[in-house]
Amino acid sequence: MSYDSLLYVLLFLPVCLAVYQLAPKGWRRRVLLACGYVFFYLFSGKLLVYLLATTLLVHCIGIWLAWLKSEEKAAAAKVSGSERKAVKAAYQKQSRRVLLLGVVLLLGVLAYLKYYNFFASNISGVIEMCHLPFSLEQKSLIMPIGISFYTLQAIGYMADVYWGKIKAETNLENTALFLAFFPQIMEGPISRYSDVSDTLFSEKPLELRNLQNGYIRIIWGLFKKKIVADRLAVAVGMVFEHYTSYSGLIVAVSAVAYTVQLYMEFSGCMDMIIGSGELFGVRLPENFRQPFCARNAAEFWRRWHITLGVWFKTYIFYPVSMSGIVKKWNQYGRKHLGKYVTMLGTSAMALLPVWICNGLWHGARWSYIFYGLYYFTLILLGIAVQPVRDRALNVFHIREDSRAWRRVQITKTWIIIFVGELFFRADGFRAGLHMFRSISEDFQIRQLWDGTLLNLGLQKSDIVAVVAGCIVVAVVGMIKERGICVRERLSECRLPLRWCAYYALILAVVIFAAYGDGYQKVDLIYAGF
Amino acid sequence: METLMNILREIDDSIDYEKEQALIDDRLLDSFGVITLVAELEEAFDIEIEASEMIPENFNSAGAIYKMVCRLQEN
Repeated sequence: MSYDSLLYVLLFLPVCLAVYQLAPKGWRRRVLLACGYVFFYLFSGKLLVYLLATTLLVHCIGIWLAWLKSEEKAAAAKVSGSERKAVKAAYQKQSRRVLLLGVVLLLGVLAYLKYYNFFASNISGVIEMCHLPFSLEQKSLIMPIGISFYTLQAIGYMADVYWGKIKAETNLENTALFLAFFPQIMEGPISRYSDVSDTLFSEKPLELRNLQNGYIRIIWGLFKKKIVADRLAVAVGMVFEHYTSYSGLIVAVSAVAYTVQLYMEFSGCMDMIIGSGELFGVRLPENFRQPFCARNAAEFWRRWHITLGVWFKTYIFYPVSMSGIVKKWNQYGRKHLGKYVTMLGTSAMALLPVWICNGLWHGARWSYIFYGLYYFTLILLGIAVQPVRDRALNVFHIREDSRAWRRVQITKTWIIIFVGELFFRADGFRAGLHMFRSISEDFQIRQLWDGTLLNLGLQKSDIVAVVAGCIVVAVVGMIKERGICVRERLSECRLPLRWCAYYALILAVVIFAAYGDGYQKVDLIYAGF
Repeated sequence: METLMNILREIDDSIDYEKEQALIDDRLLDSFGVITLVAELEEAFDIEIEASEMIPENFNSAGAIYKMVCRLQEN
């Protein structure tokens, strides 16, 4: 029962809404929590125990940190001067250890379930090369659904309590609901406690406006997923699974098609998730902001999977940037090496762990690590060439905000994205490299019109539906890029016009969605991470 | 305040720090600009800025930055 299934949209959601509304105040949070656990259980069965254990651990660590903080305050108030500093430092050390305990336990479970086999096979390879008499065996490990998402959320919560950004939650039901709110269990967004606590625990009764907005957003998500992404999945799967049989042009087209598929699927799923939250009056953070309008790789990541980027920035990038070793490098560099080299070194030190973690977070594969390092290299390169680029723009009198320059930058970013997604989707790094090489070695442009594209499992009508769907999404994106909320504008329109638009959307999903013979149910990509 | 203004101008002299109230929100100062600023502030004011201070509210204006520096000096 994924978010795009009829069972979820037409049965699970309405039942949850009805029970939620009928429940008395004080019980509505419990209803949401029960729905979350039922949803989780339907996917992962007894592995629900992992989520329960995480909840308990995180809740206890939060209270422990809060207790240490209050003890620190009381102890510091009794002394002054250097003694006060020493007392604070001692308590902070203790708090750090408590936080570390929580992080190590949570990451330990995630690392074991998600990465054990990857590391075991790589270490076994090294052991075999060295002819050593032992090896690490592969294990059959099953991950609970959404572990990569709720683990990051849990770590973020503990870190925020440790830093004093939020108060520790004293109600276990609230902590549990924060980690188990069913719309976001499978694919995020990776919410911060301060982002959602207000609306998630408010227990507001259902409102007609929220129901209308929520369901419209869900149908918009279905439009992206069912009309575009699921159709493209057929062609993309065919090329990536038999990449040696296809020419460079088809490989290039499939890289573009996969990027579009991934965007339509993931952002569509986010629409369904955020829409589901809205039905209950819960505001979840946005995860996409017109990523294909980005002018460089760094900006792309500020617009694509935003909550993951914010998580890495808050809990890895800044702590690493503020760490002793980076600060020492900064001091040394500015005295001996100059600002430019120091900045590059600092950026490299802070960005490398972020991008290795980004790659690994997506899965235990070398191609994912390469994907992370690919963006690391490009972003660092962007920082390195900035002074030269600025000078060149001055010399050639090119305005940074001119439309032409903006288009050049966006096109360059698209190429970066397509190449990245090619390696991301390829069946391993070698396959990715083979496909990338084939683009330059065997590019037959005539295949665009000689009917080859129709041999990828899609009929003409499918291609028309995909192109039309992309145009609609692109137009809506461009309007949003101008700061206009299409849904709000629509809600201000007269009733007949408004409902015409709503019915058109619903009918489009019902009539043009990829159902029937030849189509298989396409699993949500990010749910697998 | 004068020391702070000099540091800020050295990072980017095209910004009117006396008026600007959204250095982070409007991305006038990016992550790397903030890291450079933090290093300079720590050296100039003999303070230690931790990762927990890395929130937009602390860096959105010269006034906010100065307020944070004063608070950390008191601690």
